[in-house]
Amino acid sequence: MKAVSVEEAIGLIPAGASIMVGGFMGVGTPERLLDELVRQNKTGFSLICNDAATPGKGVGKLFDAGQVSKLTATHIGLNPKAQQQMLGSQIAVDLVPQGTFVERIRAGGCGLGGVLTPTGVGTLVAEGKRQIEVDGKPFLLETAIRAQFALVHAFLADYLGNLTYVLTARNFNPIMAMAADTVIVSAEHIVPVGVIAPDHVVTPGPLVDYLITNG
Amino acid sequence: MDPQIIIARRVAKELKSGNLVNLGIGIPTLVANYVPSDLKVFFQSENGLIGTGPIPEQGMSHPLLTDAGGRPISALPGAATFDSAMSFGLIRGGHVDVTVLGGLQVDAQGHLANWMIPGKMVPGMGGAMDLVSGAKRVIVAMQHAAKGKSKIVPKCTLPLTSARPVSLVVTDMAVIGFPDGKATLLETAPGVSVGEVLAVTEAELAVPDQVPEMKL
Repeated sequence: MKAVSVEEAIGLIPAGASIMVGGFMGVGTPERLLDELVRQNKTGFSLICNDAATPGKGVGKLFDAGQVSKLTATHIGLNPKAQQQMLGSQIAVDLVPQGTFVERIRAGGCGLGGVLTPTGVGTLVAEGKRQIEVDGKPFLLETAIRAQFALVHAFLADYLGNLTYVLTARNFNPIMAMAADTVIVSAEHIVPVGVIAPDHVVTPGPLVDYLITNG
Repeated sequence: MDPQIIIARRVAKELKSGNLVNLGIGIPTLVANYVPSDLKVFFQSENGLIGTGPIPEQGMSHPLLTDAGGRPISALPGAATFDSAMSFGLIRGGHVDVTVLGGLQVDAQGHLANWMIPGKMVPGMGGAMDLVSGAKRVIVAMQHAAKGKSKIVPKCTLPLTSARPVSLVVTDMAVIGFPDGKATLLETAPGVSVGEVLAVTEAELAVPDQVPEMKL
C-alpha cells in the first residue's frame, strides 16, 4: 500500500479505462476520487457500479460530465441524465440483476470463471447465456467481472491499508476491493495501526494499492 | 379508505412473528406502517441491513444509513449490517421469508412483470429478479387496474421478472392466489362484489363457492 495524493492516484487512470466504483445510490461512494476524476476530465470510461446515483451525486457526476461510454449496472432509473444518454445511444448499458452483479464481481476477485444462478432463467436476462442444469434445476452461467481500477470508500483505514466500513456504506466496496488490478481507497478517517482490531478488519491491507492522503 | 392503504393493511396481515421481510419501493414500503407492534418482524434493506427502523427524528439521520432508495432510515436495536454479496445471498438463498413487490402485470399463471416497459421505461431490474427467484414467499402489492386497464392479465405482455410464479397478489379490490397454478379469487376488498372484481379483471379467475371479504 502506498499513501498518495488524490491527484496522483487518479492521474494513474487513463482515458477509456474500466473502473468499478463502490456505493449504492451514492451512499458509500468515494466522492473525493470522483471529484478528481471529473476535474482531470478524461473520458470514455467503462463504468461498473450498482446504479447511476442521481445527477450531482456519486457516479452521477461522471454522467453530468459525459465521461462514461459504457455502463454495467443494476438500476439507473433515478438518474434522468444516464437514462437520456442510454436512450440516445451515447452510452452502452448492460443491465444486470443486483445479486448477479455482485456475484460476478465476487467471482472476478476470487479467481472464479463465473457463477451459476437461478436468477434470470426464463427472462430477457437469459438471452445468449448458457443454461446449465444442476440436480435437475436450471441455472444461468454468469461470467466473472473484473476492472482495471476499483475506487473504494471506507470508513476507517489504518496506515497499512486495513479497512472497515460503516452502516449501509459497505455495500459493494469490499467485494470490488478484490476484483481490480489497481485498488484506490479514500477513507473518512486514517488511523494508526492497531485502532482497527484484527477481528474487525473487513478488507485486509495487502488488497489496497493506493490510500488517498488527507488534505 | 385510500386504495394503497387497503393494500398495505391487507399485506401486513400476511407477516408472522420472526419473519425476515424485504419490502420493495412504492406501495410495499407502506406495509411496515401497518405491522402490529407486538409482531417481531425483521425488515431487510437490500443495500445491506437487517433491522430497518423508521425515518429518524429531525437532525438524527446519518448520510451512511439509508434505504435502497437512498432515503435516511434508522436501525433498530439488534440490527445487522453486511455487504451486498451477503445481502443477495440472503435473498437468493431462501433466507428471506417474504418479499413484497410492486407490479406492472401479473398473469393467470402467477408470472410477474415489474421491471421494464420496452421503449418507454428501462430503469433496470435492481434486486427484483433475485427477490422473485429466491424469497420463500413473493407477494405482489399493486392497484388492480391502471387507467382503467386490468393489471391481472391472461399472459404478461411485458418482460417477465422471473419464470417462477408469485405466491399472492393483493390489490385494492381483491386477494388472488395461484393454487394448482391457476389464478383464483381468494378475497374481495370491503364493499367490492365478486362481480365487480371479475368485470375489471382481464385474466380468467377461478371463483370458489365462498369468497370472504378482506379482514383489515
